[in-house]
Amino acid sequence: MKRKLPSTISKFLPPVIAIVIFLAVWQGVCMAGWVPSFMLPSPVQVVQALINDFPLLASHAGVTLLETFIGMTIGIIVGFVLALVMDRYELLRKALYPLVVISQTIPTIAIAPLLVLWFGYEMLPKIILIVLVVFFPVAVSLLDGYQSVDKDTVNLLRSMGADDRQIFRYVKFPAALGQFFAGLKIAVSYAVVSAVIAEWLGGFNGLGVYMTRVKKAYSFDKMFAVIFLISALSLILMWIVKILQKKFMPWENLKNK
Amino acid sequence: MDKLNVNNVTFSYDGKVNVIENINIRLGEGELVCLLGVSGGGKTTLFNVISGLNRPQTGEVLLDGKDITGVPGKISYMLQKDLLLPYRTIEENAALPLIIRGMKKKEAVAKVQPHFAAFGLQGTEKKYPAELSGGMRQRAALLRTYMTEAPVALLDEPFSALDTLTKSEIHRWFLGVMEKIKLSTVFITHDIDEAILLSDRIYLLGGKPGAITDEITIDEPKPRSADFNLTDRFLAYKRLIISKLK
Repeated sequence: MKRKLPSTISKFLPPVIAIVIFLAVWQGVCMAGWVPSFMLPSPVQVVQALINDFPLLASHAGVTLLETFIGMTIGIIVGFVLALVMDRYELLRKALYPLVVISQTIPTIAIAPLLVLWFGYEMLPKIILIVLVVFFPVAVSLLDGYQSVDKDTVNLLRSMGADDRQIFRYVKFPAALGQFFAGLKIAVSYAVVSAVIAEWLGGFNGLGVYMTRVKKAYSFDKMFAVIFLISALSLILMWIVKILQKKFMPWENLKNK
Repeated sequence: MDKLNVNNVTFSYDGKVNVIENINIRLGEGELVCLLGVSGGGKTTLFNVISGLNRPQTGEVLLDGKDITGVPGKISYMLQKDLLLPYRTIEENAALPLIIRGMKKKEAVAKVQPHFAAFGLQGTEKKYPAELSGGMRQRAALLRTYMTEAPVALLDEPFSALDTLTKSEIHRWFLGVMEKIKLSTVFITHDIDEAILLSDRIYLLGGKPGAITDEITIDEPKPRSADFNLTDRFLAYKRLIISKLK
């Protein structure tokens, strides 16, 4: 315990100090009146807006999180299947990989209005957008993991008489888990942002819808409050992924000891 | 009858340039035979052929008289690195060959338990490979090889990655454990001392393409003492091998 404390402090202290300094400068700029408060609310005003509007924000956040969860689940499944197929069949990998990469060069903001036009103002276009954003890092990270597996280990299992399914189960998939979780961390942060972007363009509920409403009312403090909340939700989801990684990859913790 | 016969095996990766040519090897019951030769001489290729990972262009591999040419899973194979799966505990790693053959994980793990003591691995059952030293990991890899329950084992430079002190210790342990389990084994090394200390017979592999150039019988009682490598007889074997390798 005595040893752990200094390492914990050294890990968390620098970012905490940086954040505190940033907020203090921001507060100072606002208090000095260098920027009008209706354009840049102070951190204290943002926190007040967050507290005052919390019940409303929570209900909108619930919708955004539901879209994120459904989109993430489908996106992970699509990414998993795609990586599996591309790893198994070389011809399909050659055919599909460029398409997968091209799909990511289309900006989210450009495709979101189309999805809204095609699929309406309900949840479906938001979920589709999240799936499009999530499947890519999952598929690419898993495929990289499958492809970079140690050939000697595969040969060892073959010498034991293992078939392709067993090699996937005992070698390829566990070996790709590290890359999968790295991809998943990127995917969750993209997922929340994508849900919000899709909500901007049309819908009845969600943090993006709330954002457009407060923007029209020039309530900058509330806009910052929702930005804070989106950021916090992304961080929480990334933290959950980290916890899941620790749970599903206990051997990785040994390397760090 | 011999446990293993490799008859007139020739192998080439591209179908043009032979890596090994006309190889003949036999292995008796409980025998420990060594393939000794320089790196890049085709020793590992030969093991890949014997284990069934690669099919030779000509020749055959017989196990207990049955043709197993190009059929993996009949002979256990331990590669140069320990190749323990980092995400599985030692007992799960050791049980892997049984699980691959279709045994339930619980049963397989229970089946490996009695062997931990014989292999000097008590207390490591629930540990992950990253928690073990190099020597202990090699022991675990050998236990996994043994759990394949194949009548013949191939060990490809099993101790080459170990430091000198650990290697000396594991040599003594290896001789002891092989006395107990009586596993018919072919192992590869490029360490002459190791070959003399551990083997009943030594095949010298040399040339391009790789071919068996000589066969030397180490006619010494087993288990050999720790200071066997300090005796005149050991040195005589060493001189003989060096002269034949030149």
